[in-house]
Amino acid sequence: MNSSWLIPALLGLLVIAVVSVRWVASLDEHSLPGRFGAPLLFGAWLLLFWQLLTQAFEVPRVLLPAPSHIWQALLKSYATLAGDFQQTVLHSVLIGLALGCTLGFAVGVLIDRSPFLQRGLLPLAALASSVPLVGIAPIMVMWFGFDWHSKAAVVVLMTFFPMLVNTLAGLKEAGRMERDLMRSYGAGYWRTLFSLRIPVALPFVFNALKINSTLAMIGAIVAEFFGSPTAGLGFRISTEAARLNMGLVWAAIFVAALAGSLLYGALGLLERRMTFWHPSIRRG
Amino acid sequence: MAEPALTRWQHAGPVVVVLAVVLVLWYAAALWLNAPQVIERVLADRPGWTLLDLAPLTWTMQRPVLPAPQQIALDLWQSVTGWPLDSPRNLLFHAYVTSSATLLGFVMGTLLGAVLAVLIVHSRTLDRSLFPWIIASQTIPVLAIAPIVIVILGSMGMTGLFPKAIISMYLCFFPVAVALVKGLRSPGVLEMELLHTYAATRNHTFWMLRVPASLPFLFPALRVGIAAGLVGAIVGELPTGAQAGLGARLLTGSYYGNTVQIWSALVMSALLGLFLTGCVAFAEKHLTPGGRR
Repeated sequence: MNSSWLIPALLGLLVIAVVSVRWVASLDEHSLPGRFGAPLLFGAWLLLFWQLLTQAFEVPRVLLPAPSHIWQALLKSYATLAGDFQQTVLHSVLIGLALGCTLGFAVGVLIDRSPFLQRGLLPLAALASSVPLVGIAPIMVMWFGFDWHSKAAVVVLMTFFPMLVNTLAGLKEAGRMERDLMRSYGAGYWRTLFSLRIPVALPFVFNALKINSTLAMIGAIVAEFFGSPTAGLGFRISTEAARLNMGLVWAAIFVAALAGSLLYGALGLLERRMTFWHPSIRRG
Repeated sequence: MAEPALTRWQHAGPVVVVLAVVLVLWYAAALWLNAPQVIERVLADRPGWTLLDLAPLTWTMQRPVLPAPQQIALDLWQSVTGWPLDSPRNLLFHAYVTSSATLLGFVMGTLLGAVLAVLIVHSRTLDRSLFPWIIASQTIPVLAIAPIVIVILGSMGMTGLFPKAIISMYLCFFPVAVALVKGLRSPGVLEMELLHTYAATRNHTFWMLRVPASLPFLFPALRVGIAAGLVGAIVGELPTGAQAGLGARLLTGSYYGNTVQIWSALVMSALLGLFLTGCVAFAEKHLTPGGRR
């Protein structure tokens, strides 16, 4: 490609990009284009430059394929990737996430009444957060086999402690005044739990859910590196990377990223619905 | 909270009890999980065996489904003391390989996070356009990219420490960037105006007010970052079939069905994680102004 005009052209485009993003970023923060325009435009320019630079400088596909190439790979192996999505996201991640979070929440509610158990378990939970729990994956693969059960087990283990810690912290959120009020209404332990303390704890619970949604994706994908049936996003990524089929690798990553973002976004929406009274949401 | 100060026993007691319960459950689980194999292999031709014959055998098996704690401890101890430090049979050697990648990645990630945070704090454009993407980047399972980074850098002739450190960096930079943005913005209007009345330049304000104010935000992020960086380094050792490192130990252990090796590598990585976060906590205690915590 004739490169004498290429670099000035790219530089010119860069200037346009910077100016346009600056302009959109200076828009009113409360209008729709002001809120979402800047990040979207920034992302669009990033994609464009990725495409242009990889093509203009003929970057080897092994190194970094152009977005258009990734898109083609995505369309071509749509069926394969759909199978991988089902294996990894619908089975390992969602089932593991549901089990781990339910378990963490239930244990949190149960040991909330016992300061002894709390003082015993919380240091363990803190310990678990500084330990690479995902290393348990090979053992789970040995115990539960190659299919999604072992991945779900890893996810359960990784998501349990954040949920436990956040549930306990959330249950402590209800103040003395509110609890006394419930008492003066003659509400018992369970009534207070369901009408006051769990609703108040919900922002903490959602925080844990959001952290866990990313942890669950990581756990499921990494666990597949240790052995899996011939489907799954982690399996696809590691085998196709070994074959240097980078288009499909990036397509699988795109699917994983999309699934992770959708999960996170869905949890965020649910949070806004269920904790509409919380100041961090109300002021918006 | 107006709780009475806890004595040492009240602090340690519950933890000790819980750990003891875990240990007892572990031995019970090892008995339960290993029993079928022991019965099939050893006790089949010895009719009339009792639980007393079974239990010791399940806790000393060669390749147990679940090794007993003392087997793991013994394996760990033998590998640490029985071999020279540079032998690949010594777990400390693997821990050293992994932690050097973790630390390099941690330093790079912290620097990247700090630079991004400073840019974001000082530029409204970047704040509005780049910051959402930094947050979105974390809803992506970043570790999924690990094999590619290894393969790409490997095809460019870079192997060993650096590719793993890149993955660690990717995991480290996010908590640091987010916490620093929050921390650098934490000085209130009052403090900012005070410095304004001193005719402080932007530079002065940054170093004398914003940076010290951000430290209490920075250190918890560093603790999260170094733990995440360790996970990154371990996962980075998986796809290369690396010869050294705790991740490689995990992988070879799972290939050869050597459960005791997997568990001792796991315990070693847990100890390493505790050690690294402990170091950051130590630095936090001594560097945070006012000696907070």
